Amino acid sequence: MAKPLTRPHPRTRAGASARKADYGYVAFLLPGIVLFLAVIVVPLLMNIGISFTRWSGVGTPEWIGFDNYDRLLHDTNFWISFRNIGFIILAMAVLPTLLGLFLAAVLFDYVAKRIGPRTASVFRSGLYLPQVLPVAVTGIVWGWILHPSYGALNSILDRVGLGALAQNWLGDPAYALLSVMAVMVWFQLGYPVVMFMAGLQRVDPELYEAADLDGAGWFQRFTRIAVHQIRPEIYVVLVTTTIAALKIFGQIFVLTRGGPGNATLVPSYFAYQNFFEKADAGYGSAIATVLTAIIVVLTYLFLRIQTRDERLEGS
Amino acid sequence: MVAATTARRGRPGRLTASTVLIGLTVLTLLVLAPFLVVALNAVKAPAEYAANGPLSLPGELYLRGIVDFWFRVDFGEKLWNSFLISATVAVGAVVISVLNAYAIGIGRMRGRLAFLMFFLLANLLPQEALVYPLYYLSKQVGLYNSRIAVIIIFTAIQAAFGTYLLSSVFRDFPRQLLEAAAMDGAGKWRVLWKVVVPTSWPTLSVLFTFFFIWTWNEFFLPLIFLISNDKQTVPVALGVLQGDRMMDATTTSASALLGIVPAVLFFLIFQRTLTRGVLAGAVK
Repeated sequence: MAKPLTRPHPRTRAGASARKADYGYVAFLLPGIVLFLAVIVVPLLMNIGISFTRWSGVGTPEWIGFDNYDRLLHDTNFWISFRNIGFIILAMAVLPTLLGLFLAAVLFDYVAKRIGPRTASVFRSGLYLPQVLPVAVTGIVWGWILHPSYGALNSILDRVGLGALAQNWLGDPAYALLSVMAVMVWFQLGYPVVMFMAGLQRVDPELYEAADLDGAGWFQRFTRIAVHQIRPEIYVVLVTTTIAALKIFGQIFVLTRGGPGNATLVPSYFAYQNFFEKADAGYGSAIATVLTAIIVVLTYLFLRIQTRDERLEGS
Repeated sequence: MVAATTARRGRPGRLTASTVLIGLTVLTLLVLAPFLVVALNAVKAPAEYAANGPLSLPGELYLRGIVDFWFRVDFGEKLWNSFLISATVAVGAVVISVLNAYAIGIGRMRGRLAFLMFFLLANLLPQEALVYPLYYLSKQVGLYNSRIAVIIIFTAIQAAFGTYLLSSVFRDFPRQLLEAAAMDGAGKWRVLWKVVVPTSWPTLSVLFTFFFIWTWNEFFLPLIFLISNDKQTVPVALGVLQGDRMMDATTTSASALLGIVPAVLFFLIFQRTLTRGVLAGAVK
């Protein structure tokens, strides 16, 4: 399930209202600090450290400097895993956002107003349902539906006389990535719909009336007002889904294990392989470190853009 | 132009309304189709599946597939493991989040923004960047292949998000309430348990719900840390069985159904809380 993401509260309005820091509160932070040090900070630093070594997981790691990173740059699998993640981002972030905008607008603007809000919320719940499934379970469901010999899709195609279209959806390098992408669109679509419909409720109806007076059509009204007003939601959805795409593991593990060949290899699975199948912890750590760096930079850029945007709105 | 749009809006014709409705219905059915196909074939005899395929209605309610699968993987045990881990993590992470947020949001610790960035990043980090050291360390301290290891790790990861969210919420906590309690001579602990926690109960229950479901759905770390059968969670047990030779079409749908049912139940039970939470995240 995708996570909501709020922005940190803007800085206090300087001086007067900010209280003097009270050190009596430090005690409350102690359990959290111990926990975060043990589970997040130390392991993260260790991971970076391991990425500069050759280590099978037992014995003493051997320091080899940047060799692992150098190897990454020349590793086709590494580049392919990032090319694949580009397609996964398309399927998990870009397409659901675009489709979600359109669906949210139709549901909010048309169905809720002309047909009834209950109908709109029934559609919304239906579209959202895949989001509540554990990722491993979506993998099992689709792994079966797309199975070449006993899968439901091929069997349905056969029965309606379209047997010629049947494919080895997950086993054929030509279709595997596309199939995974389709599954991800299915999985992700409900999240932007729910978020955008919530956002649209904030849009001031007077803006719409003003636009109507100016003779704006539905589409213009939609792009100029609605999309503009729910920009915060669009940012949040794009960033959370992009990060989720970069981290994708469960579906790949269950559906294809990165295969056939490296057709659906993604960075997290590539790291997993090196850690736990090839006992090449140093190389796995280097992959994980690169992935982490990308996510940190993305988050930073997002927060920058968001605060700049808020400042522009404010002035 | 004006005339044209008015004219278009002037006849909100039945045609458009029904086209929109039909389109949406088809799309929603397509989204729900996998659920329906799974449910249909989970209660179908294998022979019938072989004869009539995935779309035929089962001639009789065949529950053997589900029952057999349940006993084969000891599904009750997997449900219990998932429940135990998720509930403990949810409680632990809410407690840690409240303590952190109390210091950061209400105590207005210095360096608050840096703290918040840290917590946000801690939650967004790919688990791959933590997994190997955690795997190694847990082996050193004898916690590998234990539910406790998974509970500790997810308590930290979920609490990072909870701290991030709650700190913003607590910043807006009404100061009068705090000051009134302080006037009565209540110390910081008393203020926390008697004033802050009861007042923010709705937010805490949303957090609890999220933590429970997120932890229930986790796959990667439980896959690494819970290798023995009797400790596995529902997603791990189902995930590793995928591709097993003993899995045919009806057994697979039976297993998928067993994975879907708890998730959909949570969704129905918590729907109100969840929607409120998703919205709270966006609008704020």
